[in-house]
Amino acid sequence: MKKLRRSMLFIPGSNAAMLSTAFVYRPDSIMFDLEDAVALREKDAARLLVYHTLQLPAYKGIETVVRINPLDTPYGLKDVEAAVRGGAEIIRLPKTDCAADIHRLETEVERIERECDRELGSTRLMAAIESASGVVNAVSIATASPRMDSIALAGFDYVVDMQTQRGDGSELFYARCAVLHAARAAKIDAFDVVFSDVNDDEGFLKEVAVAKKLGFNGKSLINPRQIELLHKAYAPSEEEVRRAERIVEAAEKAESEGLGVVSLNGKMVDPPVVMNAQRILALAGITSVHA
Amino acid sequence: MNNDKRTLSLEDACLEGLERFQNFAAHAPYLRGPEKLTRKLVNSLEDAVRLSGLKDGQTISFHHAFREGDKTINYVVGVLARMGFKNLTLASSSLMNCNAPLVEHIKSGVITKIYTSGMRGVLAKAISNGLMAEPVHIHSHGGRAHLIQSGELQLDVAFLGVPGCDAFGNANGICGHSHCGSLGYAMVDAQFAKKVILLTEEILPFPNTPASISQDQVDWIVQVDHVGDPAKISVGAARITKNPRDLLIARLAADVIEHCGYFEQGFSLQTGSGGASTAATRFLEDRMRRKGITASFALGGITSGIVDLHKKGLIEKVADTQSFDAEAAESLATSPNHIEISANEYANPNSKGTYCDRLDVVILGALEVDLDFNVNVITGSDGLMMGASGGHCDVAAGANLSIVVEPLIRGRIPTVVKRVTTLVTPGECIGVLVTDHGIAVNPNRPEVEARLRAAGLPVMTIQELYQRAISITGEPEPIEFLDKIVGIIHYRDGSVIDVVRQVKP
Repeated sequence: MKKLRRSMLFIPGSNAAMLSTAFVYRPDSIMFDLEDAVALREKDAARLLVYHTLQLPAYKGIETVVRINPLDTPYGLKDVEAAVRGGAEIIRLPKTDCAADIHRLETEVERIERECDRELGSTRLMAAIESASGVVNAVSIATASPRMDSIALAGFDYVVDMQTQRGDGSELFYARCAVLHAARAAKIDAFDVVFSDVNDDEGFLKEVAVAKKLGFNGKSLINPRQIELLHKAYAPSEEEVRRAERIVEAAEKAESEGLGVVSLNGKMVDPPVVMNAQRILALAGITSVHA
Repeated sequence: MNNDKRTLSLEDACLEGLERFQNFAAHAPYLRGPEKLTRKLVNSLEDAVRLSGLKDGQTISFHHAFREGDKTINYVVGVLARMGFKNLTLASSSLMNCNAPLVEHIKSGVITKIYTSGMRGVLAKAISNGLMAEPVHIHSHGGRAHLIQSGELQLDVAFLGVPGCDAFGNANGICGHSHCGSLGYAMVDAQFAKKVILLTEEILPFPNTPASISQDQVDWIVQVDHVGDPAKISVGAARITKNPRDLLIARLAADVIEHCGYFEQGFSLQTGSGGASTAATRFLEDRMRRKGITASFALGGITSGIVDLHKKGLIEKVADTQSFDAEAAESLATSPNHIEISANEYANPNSKGTYCDRLDVVILGALEVDLDFNVNVITGSDGLMMGASGGHCDVAAGANLSIVVEPLIRGRIPTVVKRVTTLVTPGECIGVLVTDHGIAVNPNRPEVEARLRAAGLPVMTIQELYQRAISITGEPEPIEFLDKIVGIIHYRDGSVIDVVRQVKP
């Protein structure tokens, strides 16, 4: 079973106090941000802090992501150097508009991996799509490199580019579907947008429900308080777990009896349904089940 | 036999030394005049002070139920200063940031000695830096009742601010405009002080009941514009926190309560006022409902979180020494099962019965905890006094399980240390330490550790927590102290458990 990736928590790379303790919240992934959350005059300090933080033993066991500045800024390449040499598992490239953006990053990452004797290909890439071009080119971006690991949709820049604004979610509908299809076609993961009003739990959960229903692996988060809400929302219900248990039992029984067809209560169960049931049980094993 | 008083002879040996009856008002002259019903009402505080016979060198006392909203202490000491008093001992149940004006009265010699549960802000800093010739005596809430009861601390005149009382002095904290809730601390002063002056905002119709402070304890009553602002009581004693770290700690603390072995039908609890403690109370609701249990009582400083569970029927009774917010004060006024208790009933080890002895679990805060689970709630990482002893060591001694909650690192400073800067509560009374990085159980509670481990909670040793903290912050430089003692820390039984020395400038 692949590791769960429901929650990706943003931590501003310039905030030493948060960098030193963010792991206590146990999100599925932690994303150290060198881009928008860091003021221009703190870019160098943040990069150095994140480089050292990546090597803290306390972060072992949590997936680490570094959001770099775009490569056409004076900071982008320095950020890549720090992330790869520091040991980040994933580099998140902001404002990815086309496959060429990924190719350029890939070239730099490979060079640095060679220079620092890091296993070739061990640095994975995540593309943040934040524009109409990015959405339109989502498939070529998702398949641009074997290092591609996931796509994240970023809502704020996207709606500006689309000459609209954040609202009930209809403004993101096409983009969500497009990046999700691209990710699934490329067999990589997809993260939904940040929900920025950290005091609106109800609104957050509504958006989580949409993302989960569409099929996103999880969401980018800006406050640790949202982690538990998200994990609970992604946890299967008791009823789902019971149904999944029955299906998996039936499948195991069919296999042990050498039957090619799984049946439950007299109805045939298709192989994808069995796979889904196994996924639900895995989710239930790691997350808490709804009371 | 002659019963006529005019001819009553007191010559018989068995009547020697006894007084002959004169008339009904001989010893109560006020009964003859219009002052019969108003004799305690005094026009000004100055008049009341003169009537009390207060002298230089004596002890004046106060309560701190209004916390940061208190307007009585500074006002009274200001008046005493203008009246020319010197060399007074100030015994307040506690002192806050709002008491910064006392610094001037210490400099001018009006106040030369202080007994208090704690200090904050400007006053605390000044005293820590050697402002006073005599060290401050720090006591717990129960310990204060003990010192007063034993006579070690004699209160000559108590100045007790109340929102309202009747003309005879029946006072409580649930009436009037500025209702602060429980008068649990003041009740001790009213009982033991030689003279009691009430400062009240309102004179209410007789009889003003329930009477937390009773008419037979009150000497004089002065009406003033303001005794305190209840809106400032809950400053610092936060409502539901939004701090994710506090919430994480709160959830772990609730987990500890659920699995520690005392979470049974009829258990009792105290959760205090910190952000994490208040949030933990909220997290208990689900757990109590899931298990189908209710608590028999909640104790101590009472917050809206406790009141909420009380209203929902999950906590049967609430025993309140201090109402930490408007909801608590309101509940004390309206719920027959929310009762007011004095600091003596709450926590005095030498009283004939304290509530804290009957507690199952308590959540307590800390500034530092050391490798032996000793707790410091007085001095900050700079060695300056900044907190209060409160009921910490009282409740830790009485409860079946004391749970201390604190973030492992505060600012850049570890809170788990090799040795606490100031010892307030001995580690032998602390069962569990909950931090955002994990839980440590005192080796003297192996049964609790086994239960928490069995429940899958992140249990580490306290040494591991210490190492974790140091690995993040590095080892802090030790604080350098001078020889001068600026604070004496009394344990709840009156004994001295530690001293605070002046920090090297």
